[in-house]
Amino acid sequence: MNTQDVYVVGAGIHPFGRHEDVTGADLAVAATRAALADAGLGWDKVEIAVGGSNTGKPDALVARLGLTGVAFTGVRNGCATGGVALSTAANALRAGQGEVAAVVGFDKHERGAFAADPAAYGLGEWYGTTGLMVTTQYFALRTRRYQHEHDLPDLTLAQVAGRASRGGAANPNAWRRRELTTDEVLAAPMVSDPLTNLMFCQPDEGAVALILARGARAFDLCAAPVRLASVVVRTRGPGSFEVFSPWLSPQRSGSPTVAAARDALRQAGITAADVQVAQVQDTDCGSELIHLAETGLCRDGEQIELLADGTTEAAGRLPVNTDGGCLANGEPIGASGLRQVHEVVRQLQGRAAGLAVPGDPRVGFTHVYGAPGVSACTVLVRPDR
Amino acid sequence: MREPVTPELFASLEPLTLAGSRCTACATVQFPAARQCAHCAAADPAPITLPTQGRIWTWTIQRFEPKAPYTPPAGGFVPYAVGYVDLGEVLVESLLQVGDGEPAIGDEVHLVRTPAAGGHFTYAFAR
Repeated sequence: MNTQDVYVVGAGIHPFGRHEDVTGADLAVAATRAALADAGLGWDKVEIAVGGSNTGKPDALVARLGLTGVAFTGVRNGCATGGVALSTAANALRAGQGEVAAVVGFDKHERGAFAADPAAYGLGEWYGTTGLMVTTQYFALRTRRYQHEHDLPDLTLAQVAGRASRGGAANPNAWRRRELTTDEVLAAPMVSDPLTNLMFCQPDEGAVALILARGARAFDLCAAPVRLASVVVRTRGPGSFEVFSPWLSPQRSGSPTVAAARDALRQAGITAADVQVAQVQDTDCGSELIHLAETGLCRDGEQIELLADGTTEAAGRLPVNTDGGCLANGEPIGASGLRQVHEVVRQLQGRAAGLAVPGDPRVGFTHVYGAPGVSACTVLVRPDR
Repeated sequence: MREPVTPELFASLEPLTLAGSRCTACATVQFPAARQCAHCAAADPAPITLPTQGRIWTWTIQRFEPKAPYTPPAGGFVPYAVGYVDLGEVLVESLLQVGDGEPAIGDEVHLVRTPAAGGHFTYAFAR
């Protein structure tokens, strides 16, 4: 064991969904206390805190958790917020600012698709008023083009939703708990062709917290710590196909997901073929399919076979989004990336709340992606017992 | 439909053309015209007039009424087609007018004006 290694030693989640009479801060406090209890620690032992939220103010949580004087950093990076928060905390630990860190992500969104302000993205008001500034539109446009280039049928999209629903049905922390058939997914009302409303995740509410520890301290605190072998955040390069783009280059390149996944795998010293359980951003069914290829977990076009033959099911060769992913959990965007890590940690510890990956997996991978072209990936490894 | 939704989108109104820019350092073409290249950050890309004919590169139908600042037509929201149009050196995001039937990738389209909120017009590509 290296004294610079960072481990997850505690994890806590507040169920995702819609929660009346509960504030975003309530969700965050509940998740943080659950993670502290999992690690057997009090808040007073936390030396570094990082919070991510797009609707709340993370550092205000000290009023609820305890006025210990802890350094508390707030981050806000859209859908990639959780990955950025985790990266920030891990880097602070490696820099020697402490041995124990808490990371918390939470959000409480209004119902319906996200509304966006053109000026915040450097765009003219015309882009919004004329009806081009819609996230669901972007996901549909990107999916349509990817289907065209790689001959993916709509059935493959529906199979993603079907598999996610099985994960959600088994997961007590999920929002959507009903199993869906592919026929039902395909027949649902169209939101933005080719994506029906059962092929999209929806913004909702939830919180996740992780307790990290560095070096030997991790093994003092936790019987089954999971090593954060890498966490990498990347923004887009030229030529990436991003949301809210009035124009695109005809040459496709620069995907932040490709860069973050490649570097996360490299830093962890593994290849995509070593991954035994994965989480990839499934804002919609098309995004999951694209991200499976962009992360290197499969080849372009191979998704048809992987989704049809059960490879990505919990009991398959490459289990993906075993807790139901964004599709079944919804997306409180500050918490979503940490939910992925929470689920993979639990799978590697053999403590999954829902579907369990058989065969005692040791190596996990997570991927988030957000506007306007930010991705964060992690590799998680359970040390040999 | 006398005034454009914003003048910055158009190189000319008669005939209707879109205003783009080409980086003098790396030749990246952008729409609308930029004051700085989005690829290499070089200043002052050269203004250019974009082609008025292209092909549909991808498309979708917007089936629900977007939240503000979207402004529906006076008669209320109706689903509309959007996509990217391949103009050769740049793909431009646009409303699409395809008449009967669905758009298809590769369809030839040309620039037209289309009504926008407040009696203004914006651009679209029509089959």
